[in-house]
Amino acid sequence: MNAPVATHNLIKGATGDWEIVIGMEIHAQVLSQSKLFSGASTEFGGAPNDHVSLVDAAFPGMLPVINAECVAQAVRTGLGLKAKINLRSVFDRKNYFYPDLPQGYQISQYKDPIVGEGEVIVDVPDGRQIVVGIERLHLEQDAGKSIHDLSPGASLVDLNRSGVALMEIVSRPDMRSSEEAKAYVTKLRTILRYLGTCDGDMDKGSLRADVNVSVRRPGEALGTRCEIKNVNSIRFIGQAIEYEARRQIGVLEDGGTIDQETRLFDANKGETRSMRSKEEAHDYRYFPDPDLLPLTFEQAFVNGLATGLPELPDAKKARFVSDYGLSAYDAGVLVAERETADFFEEVAKARDGKAAANWVINELFGRLNKEGLTVATSPVSAHQLGAVIDLIGEKVISGKIAKDLFEIVWTEGGDPRAIVEERGLKQVTDTGAIEAAVDAIIAGNPDKVEQVKLKPTLLGWFVGQVMKSTGGKANPQALNDILKDKLGIE
Amino acid sequence: MAVDENTVRRIAHLARIAVTDEEVPHLQSELNAILSFVAQLDAVDVSNVEPMTSVLPMALRQRADVMNDGGYADRIVANAPQTEDNYFVVPKVVE
Repeated sequence: MNAPVATHNLIKGATGDWEIVIGMEIHAQVLSQSKLFSGASTEFGGAPNDHVSLVDAAFPGMLPVINAECVAQAVRTGLGLKAKINLRSVFDRKNYFYPDLPQGYQISQYKDPIVGEGEVIVDVPDGRQIVVGIERLHLEQDAGKSIHDLSPGASLVDLNRSGVALMEIVSRPDMRSSEEAKAYVTKLRTILRYLGTCDGDMDKGSLRADVNVSVRRPGEALGTRCEIKNVNSIRFIGQAIEYEARRQIGVLEDGGTIDQETRLFDANKGETRSMRSKEEAHDYRYFPDPDLLPLTFEQAFVNGLATGLPELPDAKKARFVSDYGLSAYDAGVLVAERETADFFEEVAKARDGKAAANWVINELFGRLNKEGLTVATSPVSAHQLGAVIDLIGEKVISGKIAKDLFEIVWTEGGDPRAIVEERGLKQVTDTGAIEAAVDAIIAGNPDKVEQVKLKPTLLGWFVGQVMKSTGGKANPQALNDILKDKLGIE
Repeated sequence: MAVDENTVRRIAHLARIAVTDEEVPHLQSELNAILSFVAQLDAVDVSNVEPMTSVLPMALRQRADVMNDGGYADRIVANAPQTEDNYFVVPKVVE
């Protein structure tokens, strides 16, 4: 199938346009108490080799017993990716030698994964929406960790991570730019966090990406790909793709060919380089693990998990648009994190949804970002923010005063309604009081009164002056009407 | 199916078994003898038979997600040739 080539994604080479093709393998650590095949803790950190059982260290005679919760988490994730759940799947041994892999093989799933084809709907920052196909999701063991910088001539091996359950989520080569790839990982991470199947913490390595990149002339067959291993931040994924695509175009335009190989992204230099040592290791000699029978479960088990799933970001976004009248963009911003969406709904309860979204996104988020805080650590609660919005709605305060009030609540806390009372922030809707203030300004500035007749935009100056003299509390609409009337302008 | 000398060397290397050049022809003929013995199975048509994974009709046993193991790093590294602060110490492996 040759999809029409989207011209906005093409990059220019010296000899014409090129299209980047990207597919990804995401390794997501399963949220569980204990490991995939042993009862050792999955907690991050810990003293060296403390969260390790004899199974994880591959002592002779140890046998793996699968963790039921890890199976459930994989199925939940599959459901969240609208994917086919396989009621029968098989564990295989993937054989290779590395110091942090004590078994000499990784227990993984090869031909028969637990989850089959699905899809993820991705919003790209330029406003487009793309669908990225999921080829499969399978369960496997994580490896231990080698530390190279603690000892000059040696590597230190810590097996705490060894045996923790991973979900490898393999996408189809459906992405055409680094922006699309970054948006895909962001969306996948959001879905996993909503589902509670992976914490998505890239700093702790809970989510890691292997990125497959190739380039081709628009409309031509797929080019040879290179796999960039273990990229551990969304920003680096973008950088690695940009570098790698340009490297491949350079090679091809100089008349060379791309070798299919594994490459490493060097975050310090912002470039990828070949990992020659991995080449021969690609012969993994998979075979079914004789220690484990095929994993089977009933459709009723899947249905039970489906019933317990939370509302997922796509559904939540659609509901925010239809129920609260939000723009797709605003709804997308609010649903990116479940906590944020919950906070918004708390604020919007029995209030105008658009006003709530506006305050949450523009005022609250703006302020939280500036201070490096999140909704969970916000000094202004949903209840307080809601009260501020109510006061505007009731025309007790003006929009401008509301921002000052927000600032007071942010720094000092307290009940917004009480603050308005105590500090006399109520806007003046008493037209007599406003008229008096207007008369005083008109009387004191006869020159401006002449000018405004020729230049109506000068009205703003009068508004400003009256606002100043009333401490910003004059009702803006009433003030405008009175000013126009007294100055005799339409 | 028969293996050649290069395949023997390759398999040995993948399994990290040191095989000398003198040993290769001997291992090659042993492997080929085993393969031709097993090849008798090719006579049976199994195209409509599912691969057997167990001789017993039982399902994979699952355990509850309970943390009940670990916490004995000293025992984990007890047999290691070299350790440091309960880390395994191995020759430098770095890309």
